[in-house]
Amino acid sequence: MLIETKGLTKRFGGLVAVNDVEIGIEKGKITAIIGPNGAGKSTLFNLISGYHPSSEGSITFKGEDITKKRSFNIAKLGIARTFQTTNLFETATVMDNVIVGHRLRTKSNVFDAVFRTPRLRREERASRAKAAEVLEFVGLEHEAHRLVQDISQEAKKRVAFALALATDPEIVFLDEPAAGINPDETENLAALIRKMIDRGLTVCLIEHKMQMIMGLADHIVVLNYGKKIAEGTPEEIQTNEEVIEAYLGGGDKHAEAE
Amino acid sequence: MQGLKKMRMPLIFLLVALLFPLFTDNQYYIYVVTLAFIYAIAVYGMNLVGGYTGQLSLAHAGFFAIGAYALGLLTVDANVPYWLAFVLALVITTVIGTLVGLIALRTKEHFFAIYTLCVGYIIYLIIYEWDALTGGVRGLIGIESPAAIGPITFDTGISNYYLILVFLVLTVIFMKFLTESIVGRTYVAIRNSEELAQTIGINTMKQKLISFVISTFLAGLAGALYASFVRFIGPDISYTMMTFDFLMYAIVGGFGTLFGPVVGTLLIVILTQSLQFMEDFRMIIFGPLLVLLVIFYPRGIVGGYQMWKMKRAYKKKQRSVDQGSTYEGGD
Repeated sequence: MLIETKGLTKRFGGLVAVNDVEIGIEKGKITAIIGPNGAGKSTLFNLISGYHPSSEGSITFKGEDITKKRSFNIAKLGIARTFQTTNLFETATVMDNVIVGHRLRTKSNVFDAVFRTPRLRREERASRAKAAEVLEFVGLEHEAHRLVQDISQEAKKRVAFALALATDPEIVFLDEPAAGINPDETENLAALIRKMIDRGLTVCLIEHKMQMIMGLADHIVVLNYGKKIAEGTPEEIQTNEEVIEAYLGGGDKHAEAE
Repeated sequence: MQGLKKMRMPLIFLLVALLFPLFTDNQYYIYVVTLAFIYAIAVYGMNLVGGYTGQLSLAHAGFFAIGAYALGLLTVDANVPYWLAFVLALVITTVIGTLVGLIALRTKEHFFAIYTLCVGYIIYLIIYEWDALTGGVRGLIGIESPAAIGPITFDTGISNYYLILVFLVLTVIFMKFLTESIVGRTYVAIRNSEELAQTIGINTMKQKLISFVISTFLAGLAGALYASFVRFIGPDISYTMMTFDFLMYAIVGGFGTLFGPVVGTLLIVILTQSLQFMEDFRMIIFGPLLVLLVIFYPRGIVGGYQMWKMKRAYKKKQRSVDQGSTYEGGD
């Protein structure tokens, strides 16, 4: 297991957003986290990526305890993530947005910048090369010099992927990557996610588009009211009573009973 | 060559600045422009932390005043040699800036703006009330001009003009290298989204603190130059109005642009001087102008110009692509 959580719990005041969740993310596989709105999926992401401190429980990455680590240090370990909203710098070019993604692998400081030291020049070249590499990987090499505000919604998603990939991650967490784009584009994005796996990355995603998930994921974890209610292969999840109940509000049972 | 072409405007500007004193005998014009240069250095500091890093610090006049008073007190009361006092003034401002930054940066967005506004006002109150040290409302009189460096003396208006121009050019070069490097990109990433910056591995607290400290350093530098140029300082230089003047210069010129501070400061200072006869009524002109500018050019004059140039270049490219395609597909 690349990432494991044990008894992971997050309370916001009286609300238990994530309740005693135990998941394992296998290396080189696609793990999907699904569940109705408000099930705690994004909160789980925020806990793992260090954005929120957890109330209880532990998170390990390659056997190392990362529960108490801050988000920028977690990123340095090789855990990247994207957000539901893309958050890009709209009036800058695609390239300019992605270059900074490699910053965490560089050491240049203000002194280096002002005196343009060899280290700075070397690291700037490396960051630029990395940006070009990941933009090619996500298929945006021809859009590199356009402004982010001028490119399509799907292309913006790809820029967000590229930015995450520029950090040299081992695992990428994608928060609803296919939200707000059409079915064709969704298919293209799914192909890109598979390509990431082929390159030896591990992917964990939150998604509401079931068709995409069922065709893509190796392993699915279902959350409801902050609790893990099921996990397994797409086939197992599709036939799981409890999952169907969570999604359809338990109407079936009543119908059967009558 | 390409780099030279890109820098054409600033170089012409520099040439004009270098020749300006030769074309005017009016000491008052030189005085006003020198003052604008000093303010521009301070505005660069505000621009770095506010425009690039996205943390609007409203304590800026406070740090300007700390630099000015440090230099004034060290040279007048403590008789420290000028250039040593100058360096000490920068150190003092930067140290206080670091301490304030460590606390202030725990707050975010508008809370940060409000917090720093309060810090600025407290600095004003301290200067105003601490009579024994700062001279209170009477201020400090008789601060000496910059001491000679070798054979070069700074006792005339023109020599001061060139000295301050050198500091301004150094500031611009410093800002150019800083903001166009990967370090500057880090700051812009924080302005853009602090959340996102953290998840791509940026220690946002540390980076914000560094840019805040540099901004106070530049404020202190401008303050120290101001003290020895005007040779009289009072508590009003630390007043909130001063901060908002700096902010206005930055917004008019272009917040988060390299040349915005110089353009905005010169324009407004010169405009203010030419509208002097209108006294406070000139605000009737400034107010609407500022509103219009913010609506139509949110990134100021320099930002608007850059946007216009970028769109023009893109349209040109688009047109050549279109023409190319009709050529191929023409029937």
